[in-house]
Amino acid sequence: MMDRKQCIVKLFVQPSRGLVDEKFIILVQKAPPGYQLTVHALHKCEDGHSWEAFGHYISNAIGTVNVSEDPSLGGTYSGVEQMGLLWSLRPVPGSKPGLRLRKMNVQIPMEVTISVYQGHQTEGFMDQVPLASVVVERWYMAPGVSRIPITEDGLTATLFLPPGPGPFPGLLDLWGGGGQLVEYRASLLASHGIASLALDYLTPKITMETRKMVDLQYFEKAYKILEQHPQVHGSSIGMLGLSLGTSITLKMAAYSEVMKLRCAVCISGSHVQPVDGSMEDILKHFNKNADRTRVSEENEFIWRDLLLPVPSDLAFKVDMGRLKCPLLVVVGEDDQNWPASESAMDMKEMMEQAGNSHLLTVLSYPNAGHLIEPPYTPHARASLFRSMATREKMMALWGGETAAHSLAQEDAWRKLLVFLRENLYSGTNPGTPSLSHL
Amino acid sequence: MIVTLRLSTMSPPTSPILSVQPTRGLVDEKLKVVVESLPPGSPVTLHSLHHSEDEDYWEAFGHYVSDFRGMVSVSEDLSFGGTYTGKEDMGLLWSMRPVPGSRKGLRLRKMNVCSPMLHNISVYSGHVSEGFREQTPLTSVLVERWYMAPGVKRIDIMEKGVRGTLFIPPGPGPFPGLLDMWGGGGGLIEYRSALLASHGYVSLAMDYFNSQELESADLEFKYFETAFNIIKEHPQVIPDRVGMFGLSLGSLVTMHVAAESTIVKPRCCICVSGSHFYPRDRTIKEVIMEPRSNSHRLRIDENNHHVWRDMWIHLLDDPSKKVDVGKINCPILLVNGKDDQNVPADECAEDIALLMNAAGNGHLLSRVLYPDTGHLIEPPYSPHFRASNFKAAGVATKTVMLLWGGQTKPHSDAQEDAWRKILSFLQHNLYSSTPPRAKL
Repeated sequence: MMDRKQCIVKLFVQPSRGLVDEKFIILVQKAPPGYQLTVHALHKCEDGHSWEAFGHYISNAIGTVNVSEDPSLGGTYSGVEQMGLLWSLRPVPGSKPGLRLRKMNVQIPMEVTISVYQGHQTEGFMDQVPLASVVVERWYMAPGVSRIPITEDGLTATLFLPPGPGPFPGLLDLWGGGGQLVEYRASLLASHGIASLALDYLTPKITMETRKMVDLQYFEKAYKILEQHPQVHGSSIGMLGLSLGTSITLKMAAYSEVMKLRCAVCISGSHVQPVDGSMEDILKHFNKNADRTRVSEENEFIWRDLLLPVPSDLAFKVDMGRLKCPLLVVVGEDDQNWPASESAMDMKEMMEQAGNSHLLTVLSYPNAGHLIEPPYTPHARASLFRSMATREKMMALWGGETAAHSLAQEDAWRKLLVFLRENLYSGTNPGTPSLSHL
Repeated sequence: MIVTLRLSTMSPPTSPILSVQPTRGLVDEKLKVVVESLPPGSPVTLHSLHHSEDEDYWEAFGHYVSDFRGMVSVSEDLSFGGTYTGKEDMGLLWSMRPVPGSRKGLRLRKMNVCSPMLHNISVYSGHVSEGFREQTPLTSVLVERWYMAPGVKRIDIMEKGVRGTLFIPPGPGPFPGLLDMWGGGGGLIEYRSALLASHGYVSLAMDYFNSQELESADLEFKYFETAFNIIKEHPQVIPDRVGMFGLSLGSLVTMHVAAESTIVKPRCCICVSGSHFYPRDRTIKEVIMEPRSNSHRLRIDENNHHVWRDMWIHLLDDPSKKVDVGKINCPILLVNGKDDQNVPADECAEDIALLMNAAGNGHLLSRVLYPDTGHLIEPPYSPHFRASNFKAAGVATKTVMLLWGGQTKPHSDAQEDAWRKILSFLQHNLYSSTPPRAKL
């Protein structure tokens, strides 16, 4: 067995401080040649749970392992996976079931400890001393991004502004049925130059105090905040929704007189909803078919059938023919929570019939589940979810197979950024000279 | 005068897209600065602005022309003017200088290493050379530059009379160690130690000027030996892998300890911009005072800058006034600038080589001598100043403008090259494994 004292393995991770959607390079050097090594990642999340991932490697003839080029022979991921140490993170053995990794405080980074262990280990990492270890920071916010809490007009929201003079394009960012004010995607989009407003529309202060759900004007007020902001280009505002957020996004894009959306992105959602309904009506509609809930062998709740079959009655789905702006629809084909695939197909048909299907782009990912998050977010096939209907915490099955789901997250994000940039910025336009260098 | 018009239109913003990678990097990492979505063939200025801890503003800028895809890439395109010209991927950092109207004789040094240096990188329309504050850039980003990698621990040391700061890399260790010593300006300068720890070395930055213990040469010598041993005895340090790193006066101390100590055996030494003039049995303070007794050799140039390099040259002929480098028995790297106006580094390096060859230990010596490079050879991309205000530590003298030397571009190239050579020297001497055991 190698004497630890003589084995001064060097571990190098670049960048040591990166944005969460940036790739990193992990190099192990100065190991003996042909040596078995385990590269391990450990993260303690805000809730105090520990998450880990690891890959098994063999050093080459000069004692080097390069995670971006060498295959992992086993562990929580296998094959050549540059970012496997992040996307395959899972709760350490003994953790409570149903956990999901989400960053709530975006002003400080995620800290991940990357270590190298001797041999091909699968457990007991905490009881061993690694050969080397470094700390890596993963940020949801680029330097200079401002975080501005918004409480006017009864809103519970946070605005993230990119650094620089602006003006910037704007975006309304909506999450799903879990509620809360979730900021991380908006802060990441601001780090890419888009002034983004994360909006809490299920559990905002006003609902907590009055026990009443918000009305549709709530969303229009949020839009106005963006439109009127001196650093936002008022005619360049988009909307992004995931899950229930998709329902709102489509409703606004098709029916709002106030919102003039430049483009919309809908992830893991559906256009099925009572067309003239309020927030309450929309939620009640989903619960009407609660008896169609299925339960998996592991006692996980499958809710995708509640909205199936997609109705032909136009009173119960958004009239997609009314859309006037480009729409990007992202679906996971293994989504067990919403019938996103079936809905996407119906949306396409409706738009083809209406003659506006040139506005639609559908990204459909095999074996991806419901929670299509920013890249390298650990995949949760199921997790505890507080149902809005019953107020109980239940184990929801989201679906997806980890490797395929992670690939989908990476690809969808790249395409989403290109879509937003193309539609919210005018891009190069050589025919129209800029006046600024007169 | 350039006027920027902003029309409000119904079309989306046409502002260019600036991306700088990494947005949070270590100070010795290269930046990739790319501007896209510019009108093709259009003149722009890339500008960097830094607000120092001393409340001064430093700036650098380069004049570019976008290509016909509307792009500027600082690592690939030429700067046509500004504070740097040519293909310079890091020009926005190393060519920084105080903005017009600043106080004179400034030097940029980061004292708090737990926070990053912040740089505003902006794109301005046209080729601008002044009045940046009065104009609105087209776009800008904020970049952090860190001396400390995440996970590096910073520990105040007040032990056995030694005052300093210890930086420990993340991980279980054990690690090689370094005693890090600065020059005659004194104070506790931590940034190089923090950076060395970020590269895997336990580093002790020492404050060796204001202590009462340094009243005699003998006590002073013991102080350095004690400091060395603090590193050596640290549970996370490999005891036979501790080196010494000095700049200017710190180099002198390094050579002296390496030559004379019977207790301390550095594994290797790095001496930047140092001389080996050490009147035996005198303290550091007395060495600093030496210029005053040789004030007839002090030159003041046409800009009123004090030039010290010639004050020591006469010592070359007197062996009793030099460190006995023949006794050094570890690898030693000398890094010097040919235009060093503070210390005759060139002549000293030559003399050290002669003495070591004569003593039979010349094979331990490596030297690099950079043309048009001055005295302050700092970590890469640090701005260059040919002269700056200086007040000798612990000595009741007034502040003078000392001439350090060097021309900005060659000096900056030297800093970059020297750092690479220093890191590889340290890696080779402190990290290379001992011959592997036979496999069982």
